Amino acid sequence: MGYNSLLELKQVSAYYDQIQALHDLSLHVDQGEIVTLVGSNGAGKSTTLKAISGQVKTTGTILFQQKDITKLPPHETAKLGVAHVPEGRRIFPRLTVKENLEMGAFQLKDKKEIQNQMELVFQYFPRIKERLNQQGGTMSGGEQQMLAIGRALMSKPSILLLDEPSMGLAPIIVEQIFEIIEELNQTGMTILLVEQNAYQALSVAHRGYVVQTGNIILADDAKALLENKQVTEAYLA
Amino acid sequence: MSNILSALPQVLVDGLTLGAIYAVVALGYTMVYGILELINFAHGEIFMSGAFIGTGLLLSLGVFGIAMPAWITLILILLLTALLTGLLGIGIERLAYRPLRKAPRLIPLISAIGISFILQDLVRFFAEFKTGNYIVTGTTLFEGKVTIPFSSIIGTFHNATIKNNTLILIGITIIIMILLDIFVNRTKWGTAMRAVAQDQETAALMSINVNKVISLTFFIGSAIGGATGFLFAQQYATIDPYIGFILGLKAFTAAVLGGIGNIRGAMFGGLILGVLEVFAAANLSTITGGVIGSEYKDVFAFTILILVLIFKPEGLFGKSVKEKV
Repeated sequence: MGYNSLLELKQVSAYYDQIQALHDLSLHVDQGEIVTLVGSNGAGKSTTLKAISGQVKTTGTILFQQKDITKLPPHETAKLGVAHVPEGRRIFPRLTVKENLEMGAFQLKDKKEIQNQMELVFQYFPRIKERLNQQGGTMSGGEQQMLAIGRALMSKPSILLLDEPSMGLAPIIVEQIFEIIEELNQTGMTILLVEQNAYQALSVAHRGYVVQTGNIILADDAKALLENKQVTEAYLA
Repeated sequence: MSNILSALPQVLVDGLTLGAIYAVVALGYTMVYGILELINFAHGEIFMSGAFIGTGLLLSLGVFGIAMPAWITLILILLLTALLTGLLGIGIERLAYRPLRKAPRLIPLISAIGISFILQDLVRFFAEFKTGNYIVTGTTLFEGKVTIPFSSIIGTFHNATIKNNTLILIGITIIIMILLDIFVNRTKWGTAMRAVAQDQETAALMSINVNKVISLTFFIGSAIGGATGFLFAQQYATIDPYIGFILGLKAFTAAVLGGIGNIRGAMFGGLILGVLEVFAAANLSTITGGVIGSEYKDVFAFTILILVLIFKPEGLFGKSVKEKV
């Protein structure tokens, strides 16, 4: 276990009303890593991300940069540098693309800083720049996903939580998104990636966890998981 | 027919006056609905409280013998009334709506109606305690009137007269609407307000404090509604604790007419409803040959509303709502 992990979950349980969705789940993400959670639908992958950002009721301990964030509400967690790109992208449909980006930078006070951050986003996603004044909801799925990631980058985060970035997208777009994920990581961004597309996710990740019914059942290097028979049979078939 | 035409300038002036009041009060309904999908039925009573707070302030200035130029008094009272009713709005949300946010929609609606009664009775109590009567007649800051010579422009028109108070009311409500429009569309917090209205959960992930935005929404809606209450009191001189009910209902109608949740829609809805109502009051008996009198003005206005809703259920300026995916 990393003693200086950027993000660490210790025996975290999470609940939706009466239903328990995570059972004493533990994992860690170190600085500079891409870590992926793979597993089937309803295994608790998204819930893990929601637990981190404070969207579900949790017990256990969640440490981010050694700080206990278990009970923090989402907007407080976000302020510390945790940027969560939710499942289904969740672009503000009737805000313009530019306004969407500005909302991503809500916690930044300095206009210059916001401008710089926007330029950075344009470098990763040149297409966003062409659509600044368009309403978010009128963009295609792939563009919306790019905007969702771009919007998250606007806050100058220390970690990106990506929930199913490939969902519902054409293979060629998925390819692009994963290229950008790798690119982001190469410039130092730490990423926790949740994916149903286990093959793609394990191909870009350093390490992976296999999640099943709210538990981690397997943790290993991504390469090893790709070759693990249990994993290939269950999730890569 | 010529009667209708010649009276048109006065109808427009009076209609826009009434409509401007509806419009600003409608903004309070539409903003809160946009963000919480809650019909804040207490909003009419906030308007009424503003009328009493403003008039109370004005009367106490007289009691203490403080004399200032009228326009300074007006601005001071408007700002103070806005601040107090704004805080009242925040308080109501905190006490009566926030604890019920996860409850079924009907429950906060009932809570809102309860708040309405409480405010009516509180204001009545204070008014009777201070003046011995719950119907209060205030002093007016601006006497006098202006005549606009429409007849010299087109011969068939009669002239329209406007009280100075009316000019002030129209001027200030227009300023309020322009400022609000700029705030909502051009500023960071205004954009955050729209973001929260569209997707609270995601807004929170952007480090936006959703509760703070909701409080801000209630503050602004209540502040401008309360300030307009004072302008109303100046315009029509006499107020009672029940003026908020019908006026609130009509302002809500205006918000629906414009497309509930749509800020510009509420402004236009208010103006349209005001003009329709005054037009009906002035002309119904002429049009129907005396069969239907001006007392049916509300029937006329609401018939228009029903027709609009039948053919355009999302309101005149509303977008048809798609289910969230």
